Amino acid sequence: MWDYSEKVMDHYRNPRNAGSIEDADAIGEAGSLSCGDMLKLYLKVDDNGIITDAKFQTFGCGSAVASSSILTEMIIGKHIDEARKITNKQIVDALGGLPPEKMHCSVMGHEALAAAIANYYKEDVKTAEDEETVCHCFNITRTFLEEEIKTNKLKTLDDVINYTKAGGACGRCQGKIKEILNKINVEEKPQEKLTKTQLIIKINNVIEKYISAELRKDGGDIELIDVEDNKVKVRLTGRCQSCNRSRITLTHFVEAELKKHISDDIEIIQV
Amino acid sequence: MDTKRNLIYLDNNATTKVDEQVLEVMLPYFSEYYGNPSSIYRFGGLNSKAVKEARETMREFFGAKSAKEIFFTASGSECANMAIRGILAADRSKTHLITTKVEHPCVLNLHKQLEKEGYSVTYAGVNSEGEINKEEIYEAVNEKTALVSCMYANNETGVIFPVEEIAQKVKEKNADTKVYVDAVQAAGKIKLDVKDTQIDMMGISGHKFHAPKGIGALYVKSNVLISPLIIGGHQESGKRAGTENVPEIAGLAKAAALASDALEFEATKVKYLRDKLERGILSKIYNARLNSSTYNRVPNTTNIGFEYIEGELILLNLDDYGICASSGSACTSGSLDPSHVLKAMGVPFTALHGSIRFSLSRFTTEEEIDYTIEKMPLIVDKLTALSPFQKELRELKERKGII
Repeated sequence: MWDYSEKVMDHYRNPRNAGSIEDADAIGEAGSLSCGDMLKLYLKVDDNGIITDAKFQTFGCGSAVASSSILTEMIIGKHIDEARKITNKQIVDALGGLPPEKMHCSVMGHEALAAAIANYYKEDVKTAEDEETVCHCFNITRTFLEEEIKTNKLKTLDDVINYTKAGGACGRCQGKIKEILNKINVEEKPQEKLTKTQLIIKINNVIEKYISAELRKDGGDIELIDVEDNKVKVRLTGRCQSCNRSRITLTHFVEAELKKHISDDIEIIQV
Repeated sequence: MDTKRNLIYLDNNATTKVDEQVLEVMLPYFSEYYGNPSSIYRFGGLNSKAVKEARETMREFFGAKSAKEIFFTASGSECANMAIRGILAADRSKTHLITTKVEHPCVLNLHKQLEKEGYSVTYAGVNSEGEINKEEIYEAVNEKTALVSCMYANNETGVIFPVEEIAQKVKEKNADTKVYVDAVQAAGKIKLDVKDTQIDMMGISGHKFHAPKGIGALYVKSNVLISPLIIGGHQESGKRAGTENVPEIAGLAKAAALASDALEFEATKVKYLRDKLERGILSKIYNARLNSSTYNRVPNTTNIGFEYIEGELILLNLDDYGICASSGSACTSGSLDPSHVLKAMGVPFTALHGSIRFSLSRFTTEEEIDYTIEKMPLIVDKLTALSPFQKELRELKERKGII
């Protein structure tokens, strides 16, 4: 018996927005019948890029239907570019959690959404044929695995199976998955041993590349003052100085970006 | 859900409820007659008498020649391990094993382990009805073959395998090869009768026929030598050490006696209800298919595939109506691979993930079956509407001449 949250049970018992949209502006698919779960997502998008309606059809277990159902609720009313930022973790959180073995259901939701948005923008979606397939049972590519390992910070083979299903059937690709895991986790490790100078350079790079540009759009900017262990001291400049939402900018954006690119324990201090 | 009032339990191949008469027989051995059967005084003697009587009842249940051929264990899995490893340890000269692709994990995974330990294993397949390809077994027997393990009835489909004939033919090819039969799903549903067969060993588990969990019994033909798995005291003729589980042994014997008396009922009333359920579902639901329609099945089991919908979701919806069943779907087990039995049968992948096993017992009522037949179409309709395979479903309808 799965330990499903009340929210999950509510959504598979009473799925919201089930069905299809005849004149959909975008359609995205993930999974397949032979793999045991599949999701088809239909979007209606208005001239301003707002998702006005979303419907889904799902072949899958309780958590697959719940993930699909809540995803439609999360994206209706959002701009398509905002919807694009939704992660599988947000789907899981909105459902009040999923059992570890069912995480791949949320990943499928995220995948179908990405496919629908790509379809909307008429972007080329890389098909499996162009890429190296790691898991043949579930048709999972190396690129997809690497992305999921990085975004969900997967550490073990079991994590990968729970999130992506890769390696969960015949098990023949498990060696390859372990190699990919090792490679990614080793790449990320040396960062712990950075000297203070290296760390300052790295933080400055992230600020330059990911943070400043965004702040400048609003007429502000940011300056790195000092770094002490995990404490990063910064000063907001320009219009950011007088902005009453600067605290939110610091924690939700600046700190989040630094955590994402450098280390999870970074703390921002405004001086 | 009010489990007491609403529970419709159609998962008796998973486990069964303990018969009240069984419980009644067991209770005194917990508190009143708690002595050790090995003790010399009369208080212990009461227990050794109970074990002795139970062994005799089980001899009858297996149709064995002597009560000395019966060993009490803790489960069907222990029976399989004790028999298979016991044979291999007793004669290390043979390095080849044969079993089937559709065995219960206690036999299948043991063979996978034995492969790692250096044994070679041949896995015989089944046809699309789930019937064993006997020839594959016979062809594989050679002078190195230590053991053939074949189940009596399959847990997922209920299909009965001709184990007597298989044992006979295997011995014709190599008289030294031993035969183990996992009879866990046959016991209590059809009559066992080992005495005039070539079967060397047979294992059963009490909780599949209204005894409690944690008790099993292994039949080992008197001229067959096995090495013990559990070494210690002299219990079970030195083949399985550990103080006898007297209450459960007494319970197992009572359950076996009750099951023997109810075999006729199983073959008529239980079968009637199973067939009614099967027909009811198949006639009302166009995307339902019988995974095995063979006549030769245990009377309580049916396995039905629902195309283009998924099994766990069916079970969750059944559960909301208080109906318990089980599924060969990957999602229910936590493993990502669907049932190895249905896969070995070549069940089409459109129905593989949506297969449901209903297994009845002598306590199943006609009202419960009628209720299930009434609710099942509602569930399937609801889930079919959610399916992304509307086009395929429409084609299926057309093929069946419904639209």
